[in-house]
Amino acid sequence: MADYSYVRKEMLPEREPPASEVGVIGWLRENLFSGWFNSILTVVSVVLIYLILAAIVPWLWSPTWGAGSLSECRDIVAELGKEHGGACYGVITERWQQLLFGFYPEELRWRPILTFVGLFVALAPVLFTDAFPRKMLWFTGAYLFLAPWLMWGGPIWTPLLVAAGPALGFVAFRFVARAAGTLAGVIAAGLVPILWWLLAVGPVAGAIQSVVPLGIELVESRLFGGFMLSVWIGVVAIAISLVLGVVLALGRQSDLMIVKYLSVGFIEFIRGVPLITLLFVASTLLNIFMPPGTNFDIILRVMIMATLFASAYIAEVVRGGLAALPRGQYEAADALGLDYWKAQRLVILPQALKISIPGIVSTFIGLFKDTTLVSIIGLLDPIGLTGSIRADANWNGIVWELYGFIALLFFLSCFSMSRYSMWLEKKLRTEHR
Amino acid sequence: MKKSVFVGALATAGVIAGAAFAQMDDSDSTLAAVQDAGVLKCGVNSGLTGFAAPDANGRWEGFDVAVCRAVAAAVLSDPEAVEFVPTTPKTRFTALASGEVDLLVRNTTWTLTRDVDLKFTFLGVNYYDGQGFIVPKALGVSSAKELDGATVCIQTGTTTELNLADFFRVNNISYEPVPIETNAEAQQQYLAGACDTYTTDASGLAATRASFENPGDHAILPEIISKEPLGPLVRHGDDEWADIVRWTLNALIAAEEFGITSTNIEELANGTDNPEINRILGTEGTMGEMLGLDAEWAMRAIMAEGNYGEIFEKNIGESTPIGLARGLNAQWTDGGLLYAPPFR
Repeated sequence: MADYSYVRKEMLPEREPPASEVGVIGWLRENLFSGWFNSILTVVSVVLIYLILAAIVPWLWSPTWGAGSLSECRDIVAELGKEHGGACYGVITERWQQLLFGFYPEELRWRPILTFVGLFVALAPVLFTDAFPRKMLWFTGAYLFLAPWLMWGGPIWTPLLVAAGPALGFVAFRFVARAAGTLAGVIAAGLVPILWWLLAVGPVAGAIQSVVPLGIELVESRLFGGFMLSVWIGVVAIAISLVLGVVLALGRQSDLMIVKYLSVGFIEFIRGVPLITLLFVASTLLNIFMPPGTNFDIILRVMIMATLFASAYIAEVVRGGLAALPRGQYEAADALGLDYWKAQRLVILPQALKISIPGIVSTFIGLFKDTTLVSIIGLLDPIGLTGSIRADANWNGIVWELYGFIALLFFLSCFSMSRYSMWLEKKLRTEHR
Repeated sequence: MKKSVFVGALATAGVIAGAAFAQMDDSDSTLAAVQDAGVLKCGVNSGLTGFAAPDANGRWEGFDVAVCRAVAAAVLSDPEAVEFVPTTPKTRFTALASGEVDLLVRNTTWTLTRDVDLKFTFLGVNYYDGQGFIVPKALGVSSAKELDGATVCIQTGTTTELNLADFFRVNNISYEPVPIETNAEAQQQYLAGACDTYTTDASGLAATRASFENPGDHAILPEIISKEPLGPLVRHGDDEWADIVRWTLNALIAAEEFGITSTNIEELANGTDNPEINRILGTEGTMGEMLGLDAEWAMRAIMAEGNYGEIFEKNIGESTPIGLARGLNAQWTDGGLLYAPPFR
């Protein structure tokens, strides 16, 4: 028998972990001071952050919300005895409505607000497919025609007749396809609504309006401005360019030669030209080409150009997704006996689009920020408005406060888009990794 | 059968399009078009202190804006019936040429190429400007000719850039340009000391200096190195419309000369002993009729924002933060260049 001097008979009571390993101190040790080099880096970073904040925060912390002009701001700041001056928020107090809505008539501002709220209701069933009933998609469909009507106003008949366009296209497809084959049917389905919109909607809506006047006050495009204009151009361009981009990507992969080369030509041309050039084409060249007196709405022109621009990029992003799919998926779809459209809809696109989500969303974020370029062609988006606001003798000389406010607006929008895309990626991650 | 349907559809589309084109042709006269629309589309600067800027309620105010309102008052009897189209230096001429605006009042310098080559008609001058320099007093410079070797902040792509090069070449001194894009950027660069001097139109310099924290530390040099007559312009080819705008501007100038103000105009409109005033206000003669307007056109134009002097004082004069002296823009009787031809 061995000679034990001591044997513990009972379990020791569980002890608290040492203070240096848990809690705040543990976290600090592990994350910030886990070695002499990291400790130095931490200290240097803290000092740097402190220096930056010490310069910015006193400037930001400036009770100037009530000031009526830059010189009043300066008086307030001087009274406080601030060394490096302070922000002048009076300009935001006075002009925030203008920065948000531009020149949209004040008594009608409920309309863009309603459109904006409606946007979320319309998007909900699309963005969060599980949480909302599919029946809400009907509202989404109606919203496409309702939103422009709310924004621009005019007789109720115009959106109704515009909405009739796709129906007419469908009828045309049925008739022409039966008489002259599917391809002719597809062409007719595209052509008839366009002719209907261009030539018939205006006069017919006018005629009905003269018999049954029903509508809301018309708001000129010229009065659109501020952040509302950015959102409006951005949302329309994003919505249409997604559809157009997918079609172009499929066209580029297509076996039909003409379709393929048209798509390639379009994509390469648009991607080869800067957006600002397209905007100048929209604002100046088109004016010269069109017969004098034609009044083709400038915002509509810009929207078309922004949409075309974004759709070329989306097409390439989606093509990346299509190319990333293993060949087996295409062959499997064929083996199941699915025709082209069914194979795309049920097998190929759901997977390809899922792969492309990050690319699509960054294209959208880029497009949304690019809308500020319209200030160069004289539209008063938030950036354009800063110039106009500075031209007020009261606010001449103000820079950071205005740009900061606009940056905040854009950051909120772009950050939420980016978070949504991350959430969606996580939700759709079905493969095993 | 199928073919004939297609051809038929094409023909229909053609006829409708043709009709649409034909419709556009008969609105040849700008006056008629403006009166039909009930609104004057006026191209203005999207933001230039004192000349054109929207206030907090979105109402446009300024020296150029007042000319637009006067024309609207003369033509449409309503100074508020103006649709202001903000334009940039790059878009202003196409906006006018393409008919997007009926009239451009955007601190635009009257030059031969713009008048002749771009096919516009300048209708007079509402502000005689010129290019100047602003320097910090600490630099100790009292004349632009002492700026040898200076760094100069200069807006690219404007006539000021060319004027600057000419001035330094003529005086045989050198400079280093610091190219900048906008006036706001120039202010920041200049205040940050990125350039010794900033050059642009003297009216702009005055507005810029007024916005500084310590305006007294900066001086505007006495040299004016270019002629910048700024005026309203319209497209070539519609002389009736050009006449209306030209004489509206002349009416504003003449009103100051003859002492017609927005306060005493009602009284003077009852008739005076001065036949020229009577002719301007339409109580004598048929001036309005000749222009295709009614007799009281000029009276409304003057009532819109006052006569030239009142407009000047309200927007850019010495009582405003910009504080411009009348200088060249005084009446010819006061040693200035304003000289309205006779209303006869």
